[in-house]
Amino acid sequence: MWDYSEKVMDHFLHPRNVGEVENPDGVGEVGSLACGDALKLAFKLDEQGRIKVVKFQTFGCASAIASSSALTELVNGKTLEEALKITNREIAAYLGGLPEEKMHCSVMGREALEAAIANYRGQGQGKKPLEGKIICKCFGVTDKEIERAVKENNLLTLDQVTHYTKAGGGCGGCKPLIQEILDQLVQARVAERPAPHPPKGRLTNIQKIQMIQETLAREVRPALQRDGGDVELIDVVSDRVQVALRGTCSNCPASSVTVHDYIQAKLREFVADDIVVEEVEE
Amino acid sequence: MRTVYVDNNATTAVAPEVLDAMVPFLKEHYGNPSSMHLFAVEPQEAVARAREQVAHLLGADPSEIVFTSCGSESDNAAIRSALETQPFKRHIVTTKVEHAAVLGLCKQLQLNGCQVTFLSVDGEGRLDLKELEEAITDQTAIVSIMYANNETGIVNPIEEIGRIVKSKGVLFHSDAVQAVGKLPIDLAESTIDVLSMSGHKLHAPKGIGALYIRRGTRWSPFLVGGHQEHGRRGGTENVPYIVALGRACELAEQHLGADAPRERKMRDRLEKELLTRIPDSRVNGGWAERLPNTLSICFEFVEGEAILLLLSQSGIAASSGSACTSGSLEPSHVLRAMGVPFTYAHGSVRFSFSRYNQDDDVDYITDTLVPIIKRLREISPFKRQVNTSAARAK
Repeated sequence: MWDYSEKVMDHFLHPRNVGEVENPDGVGEVGSLACGDALKLAFKLDEQGRIKVVKFQTFGCASAIASSSALTELVNGKTLEEALKITNREIAAYLGGLPEEKMHCSVMGREALEAAIANYRGQGQGKKPLEGKIICKCFGVTDKEIERAVKENNLLTLDQVTHYTKAGGGCGGCKPLIQEILDQLVQARVAERPAPHPPKGRLTNIQKIQMIQETLAREVRPALQRDGGDVELIDVVSDRVQVALRGTCSNCPASSVTVHDYIQAKLREFVADDIVVEEVEE
Repeated sequence: MRTVYVDNNATTAVAPEVLDAMVPFLKEHYGNPSSMHLFAVEPQEAVARAREQVAHLLGADPSEIVFTSCGSESDNAAIRSALETQPFKRHIVTTKVEHAAVLGLCKQLQLNGCQVTFLSVDGEGRLDLKELEEAITDQTAIVSIMYANNETGIVNPIEEIGRIVKSKGVLFHSDAVQAVGKLPIDLAESTIDVLSMSGHKLHAPKGIGALYIRRGTRWSPFLVGGHQEHGRRGGTENVPYIVALGRACELAEQHLGADAPRERKMRDRLEKELLTRIPDSRVNGGWAERLPNTLSICFEFVEGEAILLLLSQSGIAASSGSACTSGSLEPSHVLRAMGVPFTYAHGSVRFSFSRYNQDDDVDYITDTLVPIIKRLREISPFKRQVNTSAARAK
């Protein structure tokens, strides 16, 4: 059973603004029956250019219906410029959060809104415009869409990309391509960070632990998770960092190489150059 | 609120008779059956009695029954033992529609260098026996094919399959978790070498299962430890739950003759009512032989999870093979293997009856579900398609 928030259940059981709009100014449609969820959004503007009437029709699970309903509440009364600023995270937040596996429902809401506004502005037929090239053939997800979801939600792993965009959730054949896109974006994110060298001066222990956690999350864990492994920080005793390997790493014959040549090297690069990493058993 | 439990292929209510039988072994008769003192006597006798009850239901000899912790353990033990005892054979034949306990294990064994053939099924969930015959080689260590499918209730022609497997001299295992207690089974007259069953599908509690291992079958234990179960499964016997399983099997044997036709009648009526009152619905495996208690039905243009949550609001417990209920993005592997179109597969619902269902449950389910499907189709953007296809039907 999914752990849905009360707000999700409320919007699922009593969806707001269901139906069609007569003579709509803009209509957007995303998804399909084959994909398992689909959303049609239509709106009408008042004289000031604010959304006066907005209605939706959704095929999908509870979180898809609730996300659509939340979206209509969020955009009602807004100008199109204001409405376009709404991100999928805001839709999810409005509902008191969604299970991560269901985040693609909030992305679908944002996409339908954009398609409807583009339709109003005379661009396209109200279908989601096809930007970039298709990566996931099962669900018709493009590289641009993946890129956007990764950037807007700070995604780190392949599973997260699937939860947010559905890409890779079918036959799985595109997973290496998604991983490539993800790697490039994560690398770029790292490059944008200002401090590739350890900061001068002594760190407090809390600063140090924070930096170690950040470095593991950003530099180390995505690479290990790709091979079905993981690492967990157990303790920091002055310059000794104790970690435990998980998943396939835990019984990997090359684990000492992983620990010294990879994890230790990364922590020395980004945190402090005297760090010694030790593998511990809990 | 009225509640109607029609998810008995997921788990069943513990029968009151079963609970009564097990409680003394949680209280005064807590001894270890292996001990050399008076506290061992009652538990030892109770385990022997339960073994006879299980064996009797299956048409087996008590010495051929081994108690395990669940159906998944039974499946894992059967397949791993076949590989352990035949170290030069590294090929497994199974099907695309098995339970995760078999599928998951086979996929893991594939990573460890085993060859696995996953047999396909047709639109009615039926295997191609010629494909099976051709799949078996001199490298095949075991053929593992389920007795009846948990999602659709489709029953395999298990003896026909077994004759093919045995003609090739290969070990034959069947996951009969959904069949035991629902279909008459006579292993004395069967080609099955190893059979898995689970307690909580036939009104015993969760946490107890059993294996039938035909006498003379080479066996290597999955759980290695003490001498229990004649060295075929280590670990102190779970006496209260073994007693429960025994009593549940005894009850199943007594009830089978009356329960199966009763459940079939309820199932068939539900099927007919839903097909008549809900346009664009179809039954999965409707033309195949099915378990008497199971109905798998799909409603086009609506999504399964939404149906289940709304049914649950009205006290009805069922399940779905839709993608959203499992957290995956694709609908059930069973429905996909059967080639059920995606547009239907997302809207699948499974109803599974037990002896505790009443005839008017069918009316309550129908009267609740018809407006739910209508309501979900109302908010669906594919509404117009429903209208046009309904018009087509007229």
